[in-house]
Amino acid sequence: MYPSGKYSSRGPALIPRMKTKHRIYYITLFSVVLLGLIATGMFQFWPHSIESTADWALDKRSVHDAPLVRLPVSSPIPERGDLSCRMHTCFDVYRCGYNPKNRIKVYIYPLQRFVDELGVPISSTGLSREYNDLLSAVSDSDFYTDDVTRACLFIPSIDVLNQNSLRIRETAQALAMLPRWDKGMNHVLFNMLPGGPPDYNTALDVPRDRALLAGGGFSTWTYRQGYDVSIPVYSPLSADVELPERQPGPRRYFILSSQMAIHREYRAELERLKEENGEALLLLDKCSNLSQGAAPARKRCYKGQVYDYPQILQESSFCVVLRGARLGQAALSDVLQAGCVPVILADSYILPFSEVLDWKRASVVIPEEKLSEMYTILKSIPHRQVEEMQRQAHWFWEAYFSSMKAIGLTTLQIINDRIYPYAARTYEQWNNPPVVKWSSVNSPLFLPLIPPRAPGFTAVVLTYDRVESLFRVITEISKVPSLAKLLVVWNNQNKSPPEGEKKFKCPECTAIDGLSLDQTHMVERSECINKFASVFGTMPLKVVEHRADPVLYKDDFPEKLKSFPNIGSL
Amino acid sequence: MQAKKRYLILLSAGACLLLLFHLGGVQLPAASRSRHDRSRHAYRPDQPWPHFSDPLHPFLPWDQPDTEEYNLHISPRQKRDVNAGVYKGKRCRMDSCFDFSLCHRNGFKVYVYPQQKGDKISESYQNILSTIEGSRFYTSDPGQACLFVLSLDTLDRDQLSPQYVHNLKTKVQNLPLWNDGRNHLIFNLYSGTWPDYTEDLGFDIGQAMLAKASISTENFRPGFDVSIPLFSKEHPRTGGERGYLKYNSIPPFRKYMLVFKGKRYLTGIGSDTRNALYHVHNAEDVVLLTTCKHGKDWQKHKDARCDKDNAEYDKYDYKEMLHNSTFCLVPRGRRLGSFRFLEALQAACVPVMLSNGWELPFSEIIDWNTAAVIGDERLLLQIPTTVRSIHQDKILSLRQQTQFLWEAYFSSVEKIVLTTLEIIQDRVLEHGSRSSLMWNSHPGGLFALPQYSGYLGDFPFYYATLGIKPHPKFTAVIHAVSPLVSQSQPILKLLAAVAKSQYCAQIIVLWNCDKPLPAKHRWPATSVPVIVIEGENKVMSSRFLPYETIVTDAVLSLDEDTVLSTTEVDFAFTVWQSFPERIVGYPARSHFWDSNKERWGYTSKWTNDYSMVLTGAAIYHRYYHYLYSNYLPTSLKSMVDQLANCEDILMNFLVSAVTKLPPIKVTQKKQYKETMMGQSSRASRWADPDHFAQRQTCMNKFASWFGGMPLVHSQMRLDPVLFKDQVSILRKKYRDIERL
Repeated sequence: MYPSGKYSSRGPALIPRMKTKHRIYYITLFSVVLLGLIATGMFQFWPHSIESTADWALDKRSVHDAPLVRLPVSSPIPERGDLSCRMHTCFDVYRCGYNPKNRIKVYIYPLQRFVDELGVPISSTGLSREYNDLLSAVSDSDFYTDDVTRACLFIPSIDVLNQNSLRIRETAQALAMLPRWDKGMNHVLFNMLPGGPPDYNTALDVPRDRALLAGGGFSTWTYRQGYDVSIPVYSPLSADVELPERQPGPRRYFILSSQMAIHREYRAELERLKEENGEALLLLDKCSNLSQGAAPARKRCYKGQVYDYPQILQESSFCVVLRGARLGQAALSDVLQAGCVPVILADSYILPFSEVLDWKRASVVIPEEKLSEMYTILKSIPHRQVEEMQRQAHWFWEAYFSSMKAIGLTTLQIINDRIYPYAARTYEQWNNPPVVKWSSVNSPLFLPLIPPRAPGFTAVVLTYDRVESLFRVITEISKVPSLAKLLVVWNNQNKSPPEGEKKFKCPECTAIDGLSLDQTHMVERSECINKFASVFGTMPLKVVEHRADPVLYKDDFPEKLKSFPNIGSL
Repeated sequence: MQAKKRYLILLSAGACLLLLFHLGGVQLPAASRSRHDRSRHAYRPDQPWPHFSDPLHPFLPWDQPDTEEYNLHISPRQKRDVNAGVYKGKRCRMDSCFDFSLCHRNGFKVYVYPQQKGDKISESYQNILSTIEGSRFYTSDPGQACLFVLSLDTLDRDQLSPQYVHNLKTKVQNLPLWNDGRNHLIFNLYSGTWPDYTEDLGFDIGQAMLAKASISTENFRPGFDVSIPLFSKEHPRTGGERGYLKYNSIPPFRKYMLVFKGKRYLTGIGSDTRNALYHVHNAEDVVLLTTCKHGKDWQKHKDARCDKDNAEYDKYDYKEMLHNSTFCLVPRGRRLGSFRFLEALQAACVPVMLSNGWELPFSEIIDWNTAAVIGDERLLLQIPTTVRSIHQDKILSLRQQTQFLWEAYFSSVEKIVLTTLEIIQDRVLEHGSRSSLMWNSHPGGLFALPQYSGYLGDFPFYYATLGIKPHPKFTAVIHAVSPLVSQSQPILKLLAAVAKSQYCAQIIVLWNCDKPLPAKHRWPATSVPVIVIEGENKVMSSRFLPYETIVTDAVLSLDEDTVLSTTEVDFAFTVWQSFPERIVGYPARSHFWDSNKERWGYTSKWTNDYSMVLTGAAIYHRYYHYLYSNYLPTSLKSMVDQLANCEDILMNFLVSAVTKLPPIKVTQKKQYKETMMGQSSRASRWADPDHFAQRQTCMNKFASWFGGMPLVHSQMRLDPVLFKDQVSILRKKYRDIERL
């Protein structure tokens, strides 16, 4: 803009031969460009407000705007889940295809509000906060696709997290109405609280054809190994409470029981344990007379004394997680968050994400029948193991339990690993907390192999231009019987390597003062070491005080009987 | 000049235009999209999940579990009983079909029914039974047993097979201890027959567990059955061949990328995949060969491709392909499992599984993704692309893992059977079982006994993996056999020298002498605690008992007449810290194959190599005390006790069998042997002329139990860095070693 004004005012003098027509042409051109630039600039700044109003409009969206779908009474109901379903029988891999990133594509159905013919919704709560969080996380992840034709996995937006709030038959009908349902093929349902009174089944009772279930309370009889995914029961306290980080170590109490709804038979058993072992055990229960305003979920009591929950969990080495009506307990999540080692007493329970997580390093599983022996069993565990379990427990919470996002994406990753098993995450990736990932050493050559001598070795000689020294090295080394190949790396751009027997002299070599060369050399190398250590984030080199010699090295023994007699004679 | 100006103007105009497009071009579509969104209102089917502003309900009202629980009247105990009653047969699980109480009384003991005259038993099944009978789990008393194994051969349940045992149903039902198969384990390799090859065994197995080859996920009862590999009649009972991988090559590619050579079934079950293999065969680096020539009437069914396929099939040698291929295809046969699987595993040819629904061998404990590529029969045509996409680092790791798994769990019938039993034992001792890391990393679950400790850092094998170090001190265990008579006895000098070591935490004197314990004041005063333990039965093996008083990871094992200086002890310990899974020490010995006598020989001569470091002066991890006492069979330990000899050789066998590596000898002290021999008391066993001959016998006895020679030779000795270098002795940290 600056130059255009300048030229237009002084144009005639500076550009005498330019015709007026041209001048007008240029001026118009510049004005257009200028206007364009200003407009773009405006767009750069304005759009933010435009976008934010758009966002705001988005935020204004309400679940009540979702289209209403009326389910006819006669609408088809899917079959009950098929217990024999496995990935190779009930899952269509062709939809996932080959893909260089080895990542499945996941589609989420848009939200609809299903009602029966009378207009009554199929669920008492509708879309829950947690399911909404889960779907948002999936939609923000790399798994997400908005192209239904490219999807490998489908997630219905019908919230079935808690079976209690569902009308079973109508929910099933709603599932069957999904446009891509196709017998539930490649569909995944997230359910944390299955079953209902009086039997409390351990898997969602909603008929669901072949859909795979990410369920929060599977028993070994309902879990289809390698097909379903066992997930945790999310604890709302995960989001509400921030516990200070505690290093693994001894705690005030040895065993803590904090669940409020424990069957009276088990509570009696726990009380007996408490009688035998006294202060080491803390048995908490619901508070009977709390002052008004206190959140009952956040308090626990023992003989009138009030404790803050879940903070109190941090004060114990072990925390009891007993089965309730259901096998999956939200308390497990709280316990892990506190870095307390869960003692799980829930026979036949499939632990969350057991397909990939090594629970033996983070928990103690005791048969319900052995509740009375719990104290003895736990006492036999070495201290250092308890500490490792505490660390591991907290890490599991942080990585896989802490949010609906973590739970949802872990589930998808597990399914992803089954579809692309050769690109699956490793045991170490799943189970090692960052501190171990940093400090552990995993050699790429981990098999203890003593290679045979027959293939020999390859000598690699780096050279600059000290040709005589190079030739001496070559002559010496070529005498070695096990030398298979000799490779000379010529590291001098200014000279070409010598051919044949031609010899070079190196006048500079003698001219340089040995000592000063040595010193600068050492300084440079120290700098290198510091630089490398800072890039590695740690000093990977280790100091040892030994060196390898032949067995009879420098022994008072006839030299000709030694395998390597000349070592050290240089 | 003018021209220049004009160019300048044009140039700047151009630049401005470019800028305009750059800024505007990116921006505009986004703007149009947001407009679009608003115009379409809230719900377009193909858009990301919207952000709702409504206050949504939590999925779990805080008091729901509470109210539910109090509605629950049925007692958990009753509920367990109900489950146990309902889930039988195909739905059996440990909780419903296994009586844990039998195992709690006497531990995990296995009973084998006595063999009845007239029952024919195949060699393979005989091998299984004798492995169990020779294992530490065996009991001959059914009253003590937790697990029962039939002496009726159930391996081959193919009615057309000559090995098929008839009337099994009645025979089994008549067993007095059968109890509907509760706590019974049934081994099976083949079930069903042509044409449908069902997985039915042809008799009612009741509540018995199956250890079965080729089992499908559909019939597999997780946590109850055990999937075992299909093995041939020739599979060795013990020991077994080592893996074929002798050294790692980098890059890890071999002549062929993917190979297969096997039968093709023209019709019937399992024929689809093998019939389609020719689509992928390229006769270059992907060589998949099938033959129709098998069975009596193959000519009858032969199809258009048979002649061509058969000709191609004969061109290649299977063994050559196996050794020279990066990946080996393992497609299903008539049954899900095939011999190809173990063959590929041993040959370090990464198996590419094409057998949908096969519950892979020992799937309960082995993470097969680390050693095999699990393909999908439906995606056969993608297999070449898939294996080509696998990074060479991953191939290197897969290949090494095949070798580890082969040697740890598959190379002999004994390993297969013991792995099966250990898996079941882990279920029984739920809270004291192995973690997945122990099963899937060196040295494997058979050598890592969880009863020793649940903490991985207590074992010598996982320090690097966990990024931790062993305890920085050692416990010395001195084996005393002669009475304390004079104050100049070598044991007292030794005690003083060891106690002075900066790494010494405590000294244990194991009093294996017939004379009573000397009074406390007879022992010299030392800065570290000296604990005197009276040896149990005064037998040799007691020196390797896992004493609870040993609290450090390292044990310095000493004979009473050993002569060592403090410096030597210090140096050996610093070396051990770098090699915590090996034996590190002074007196080295060697073994050799005596081809005249066709047996192993033992030598104590000074040679250029060694394969043992004697435990008269050696440091090793305390876990080996536990392993020696609990892993080795009573037969070997009592042999050692009777001879009062060879315990050090046995320890070397054990540690080398675990690590597959030689021990480490540290700096030789001049005339170590002479000094030792000269000063030893007259009662010393070294003076006994039979001593040496016994050691030869021991070696051969041990080698036969281990099923091979586990000892490995080494030519390396570890010396202090400046050892005997021509620098001032004052600059040397371990100068005393040279002075001696």
